[in-house]
Amino acid sequence: MALLPSLRSVITHQLHHRPPPPPPLLSIASFLFHKPKLRRTTCKNLSFSFSSSSKPITLNPLATPKDNTLVFKKDERLVADNGESEEKAGTFSTIAAIVTSIGGPPGAVGIVRLSGPMAVDIVGRVFKPVKKKKKKSSGSGSWRPTSHVVEYGVVLDRHGNVVDEVSYDPGWKMYDEFLATYLQMGWVLAVPMLAPRSYTREDVVELQCHGSEVCLRRVLRACLEAGATFAQPGEFTLRAFLNGRLDLSQAENVEKLISAKSVAAADAALAGIQALRAKCIELLTEIEARLDFDDEMPPLNLNLVMDKIHAMSQDVENALETANYDKLLQSGLQIAIVGRPNVGKSSLLNAWSKSERAIVTEIAGTTRDVIEASVTVCGVPVTLLDTAGIRKTDDIVEKIGVERSEAVALGADVIIMTKSTESSTPMILVINKIDCAPSASNEWNKVGNSFNEHVFTCAVTGQGIQDLETAIMEIVGLHQIPAGGRRWAVNQRQCEQLMRTKEALVRLKSSIEEELPLDFWTIDLRDAALALGQISGEDISEEVLSNIFGKFCIGK
Amino acid sequence: MATHNLNINISGRLTRHFFTPLLFIWAAPTRAGTRTRTRVLPIRCYLRRASNFSRRFSVVPSAASASGSPEWNIDERFDVIVVGGGHAGCEAALASARLGAKTLLLTLNIDKIAWQPCNPAVGGPAKSQLVHEVDALGGEIGKVADMCYLQKRVLNTSRGPAVWALRAQTDKREYAMRMKNIVESTANLCIREAMVTDILLGKNDNVEGVCTFFGMNFYAPSVVLTTGTFMSGKIWVGRTSMPAGRAGESASHGLTENLQRLGFETDRLKTGTPSRVDLRTVDFSGLEPQHGDEEVSWFSFDPDFHIEREQMCCYLTRTTKRTHQLIKDNLHETPTYGGWVEAKGPRYCPAIEDKIVRFQDKESHQIFLEPEGRNVPELYVQGFSTGLPERLQLPLLRTLPGLENCSMLRPAYAVEYDYLPAHQCYRSLMTKKVEGLFFSGQINGTTGYEEAAAQGIISGINAARHSDGKSLIVLERESSYVGTLIDDLVTKDLREPYRMLTSRSEHRLLLRSDNADSRLTPLGRELGLIDDRRWKVYQDKLARVSEEKRRLKTVRISGGDLAADVTRLSGQPVKDSSTLESLLKKPHIQYEILDKHGFGNGLLSRAEKQCVEIDIKYEGFIVRQQSQLQQMVHQQHRPLPPDLDYYAMTTLSLESREKLSKVRPQTIGQASRVGGVSPADITALLIILEANRRKAQEQMRHQVLASVRADSNQQSEGPLTETISS
Repeated sequence: MALLPSLRSVITHQLHHRPPPPPPLLSIASFLFHKPKLRRTTCKNLSFSFSSSSKPITLNPLATPKDNTLVFKKDERLVADNGESEEKAGTFSTIAAIVTSIGGPPGAVGIVRLSGPMAVDIVGRVFKPVKKKKKKSSGSGSWRPTSHVVEYGVVLDRHGNVVDEVSYDPGWKMYDEFLATYLQMGWVLAVPMLAPRSYTREDVVELQCHGSEVCLRRVLRACLEAGATFAQPGEFTLRAFLNGRLDLSQAENVEKLISAKSVAAADAALAGIQALRAKCIELLTEIEARLDFDDEMPPLNLNLVMDKIHAMSQDVENALETANYDKLLQSGLQIAIVGRPNVGKSSLLNAWSKSERAIVTEIAGTTRDVIEASVTVCGVPVTLLDTAGIRKTDDIVEKIGVERSEAVALGADVIIMTKSTESSTPMILVINKIDCAPSASNEWNKVGNSFNEHVFTCAVTGQGIQDLETAIMEIVGLHQIPAGGRRWAVNQRQCEQLMRTKEALVRLKSSIEEELPLDFWTIDLRDAALALGQISGEDISEEVLSNIFGKFCIGK
Repeated sequence: MATHNLNINISGRLTRHFFTPLLFIWAAPTRAGTRTRTRVLPIRCYLRRASNFSRRFSVVPSAASASGSPEWNIDERFDVIVVGGGHAGCEAALASARLGAKTLLLTLNIDKIAWQPCNPAVGGPAKSQLVHEVDALGGEIGKVADMCYLQKRVLNTSRGPAVWALRAQTDKREYAMRMKNIVESTANLCIREAMVTDILLGKNDNVEGVCTFFGMNFYAPSVVLTTGTFMSGKIWVGRTSMPAGRAGESASHGLTENLQRLGFETDRLKTGTPSRVDLRTVDFSGLEPQHGDEEVSWFSFDPDFHIEREQMCCYLTRTTKRTHQLIKDNLHETPTYGGWVEAKGPRYCPAIEDKIVRFQDKESHQIFLEPEGRNVPELYVQGFSTGLPERLQLPLLRTLPGLENCSMLRPAYAVEYDYLPAHQCYRSLMTKKVEGLFFSGQINGTTGYEEAAAQGIISGINAARHSDGKSLIVLERESSYVGTLIDDLVTKDLREPYRMLTSRSEHRLLLRSDNADSRLTPLGRELGLIDDRRWKVYQDKLARVSEEKRRLKTVRISGGDLAADVTRLSGQPVKDSSTLESLLKKPHIQYEILDKHGFGNGLLSRAEKQCVEIDIKYEGFIVRQQSQLQQMVHQQHRPLPPDLDYYAMTTLSLESREKLSKVRPQTIGQASRVGGVSPADITALLIILEANRRKAQEQMRHQVLASVRADSNQQSEGPLTETISS
């Protein structure tokens, strides 16, 4: 008996570690009420992870017959091989969201916050710190930050592309200086706050990057792709509360925040997502019916199933594309018009906005400050930013204007007719004044390599503005939007759902390619259906079962 | 959860035994100069270590109950009474007796112990997992099925290891006889024929025993009801019905009414069994035979019961146009379409008339002919249950190819019976209303011997533990099919007799038949159901599998016949110096190929090789599922206090307030599975719990401070100290 592995009990675990000396009054109260989920270390002591240490059977010393010992044992065969590999799993999933306000003009700094047991791992996947000294950790790849110590680096997306990168000058000294210089250029600061010394009492990592919305969203998306879940409204605060932060009076506000979200929902995209989900369930039904009622069913047409899976992943891809559109509808685009002096930037702004917003003269360097005008392109609100022409100048006012031009260009979503900056912001080369030299267009075709597009316009006649708009839409990924608008457009949350679905379908396809048995297909199909629904896995089982009984003639 | 424990500890009733008031010291650091004061709280506690597994079951009547009947004799007092000798009752009684509880099995008819009134078969998809799990815990059903099989087949062999399903056709008489012998020869277990009509209640809504039709009282602190189809049972053939639990056996009357009187909600379910034909009158020559597997697989993990025997053949026939016509012409004669039976029948086991009406475009349905024993001429006609009157049943059978001249031995009939919706039970299977009363099997709305056995062993274990004053065991949903079954039963609304299906298990890749032992045998051992020999068998197996996996990781091959064979079978190239493990990961490569080329390990049994192969081949999937599960489990297993007032929680939707009050889930995860409870409700619930926790903490602090203040006003008479030892 003595060698038996311990019988773990959820309810009773806390009572086992009774501290030896009689504890002081207040601490025993808090001890009894202590919640196991606060810290990872505590979680580890819970019943869920199987410990191989041999203890005599531990029965709840305070148990009454009414108490229960909840048993969830891990497979000893797995435990024997892998040891305790699952200690990272915490009470909650790991959530991420942009926590600085977006929608307005870009702030200097924006923050993407992650909270949860996997926060450090996830950031480790997307964030590559710049190491001053290459430590031994270079090979391991896992990021082991020190709590409350800021690190800087770049954020990579799933394909390893740098989300935002400009050339890097290691000559910075002060934090302010860093912010002013490098952050603006696309570097990212990672601020790790490890549990419990954080707002939510979970591991929290904040990624501070340039405040442009596009940049923030890219960083967020990278985090979501690396395994974070998109935070519900108020979820950081909710977690803070559930983990013992905030006082009781604040609970009410948390409740309000949470209940507010359920009202939102319900739009076309929801219907689209549900249609996708229904397809998943239908496929699950087909497969699972065969697992339970083997000999009573006609054989499964595998080709048909695979066709359906392919069609479904195409649907998901299409839907994901609309994610951009929805986001742009809300936030709009910032387009900077930059270039050498007197190339017609202000004229372009005027022609495009059909206004006389900017002063246009023959004199080079007329525009000194940044001038804004609003237009709508394919329904997306666009803010045009006219800037001072960029040249070396001794005029102190113009010099400031040039500096501002550069700053604006860096913050913009699209730059039109830019100087040769190394920013990764998409650029369109606009060759203006084509009325003056109509034959010049051929020459310009050759220089397009550093630009995503080039368009010929004449600001005076308005010629080419249409082409410019098309080019912009192509660059921001909306070129596939038909004139009548999309069937449905997804928001950020749905975008995350679709991303998960896509991942599941990719895994599913590889299972099929590797010729894994049918049962394994259901795992990823179930994941896909789960990702597309807000409901739990058990409900899927019920739904699949009802479908099976409704659709097939089974039973003996 | 802590709140809950504390409440119980402080204000819990003083029930029966194992209640040791302890002096607990609350030492408050107070201002400098004042002495440390102590507050004494009684804490209910039993200090016995679990390793001290000696029996502490009570035989002496407690003071409260002794007052009534002075003429008691010691023979009528037990630790556990199991009512019903079916598949749930047998497992419950055996588990309880083996745990050392003095157990009484009451049955209507001793000759019918462990009878298989429907298809004499054990296992099949999902059900086989239940059997493996019950066996891993130390139950009996798997061993008996292994001893009495007529035919064995593994279903779903090409569909993945999680859905492999062993199914055995068993010898009906032999099965009952063997199980009866085991029950009769188990120490601590008494059997008695009786019809239980009432439950004896103690003062605290606790069970004290049962009362029989002929006026006997039997006393025990734990009672398990496994009434099957007998409670107010009524069988139907056509329009004719009679009260009966099964054909030829009388129903049990009175118990339903008495349970209702105690406040239990009852409802009615229906199930049925097809006719049996005389196999000597069947022409098998034109029928498709269905043979058993050449290599027999086993339910039990105990190799002592792996004794191969000669297999019998099953046959396949089909319904014909004439069958369909006959049914369509006589639909008004069936209970469902004639409209005289209201009870809900199972969707997965529809009568042949249902299939024909609902799936009009299907021209023919498969019918299986399965033997019921080696020495009986009966054939079970699977897929052919019907509510038609007896006079039409034989003509209907004779429309089937091969059965043109058959004679019918038993008519098909339906049975209607009372059950108690299982939301009235905790997941330990103890009822919420009456402490010490457990329900198992069809009384909870299930069908199937396997489902019954699974509940039986859990209620038997818990009944014994309850009478010994120990905490009850709850198998979490994610731990096993047994856990999934019980969680579904007590949480979800039942719309038909519940049958276990693979699609009900969300994490079935982790709950396979091959790892049922490594999931549950350690628990069985801790509980005391796995003896030393069996434990050693288990540990040796585990060691061999683990050692073999290590070996396959290290042994490498370059070229040769094996590599060529692997390339040919998998269509993938084999790199030089590949490990055997990497070969096994390739598609279509099984362990046998290693054996064939002399790279296998002869010391391993076939089942052990399968374990190795599964662990290696599907490692990626298994690890991913495991971590997903782990993440979910941390949140889902948070316990909920049993005394929550859901109606007062205005932030919950009305529907979920009602449903949660009814089900009273034990964990957050269970709450989220209750129908009509949305994720937003769960969040709201979490907030309320946290708020309650803080309020309680605050209150507690105040109370303690107040009492400290009160104490300091009186002159304390010196510290009453006694340290707690745990």
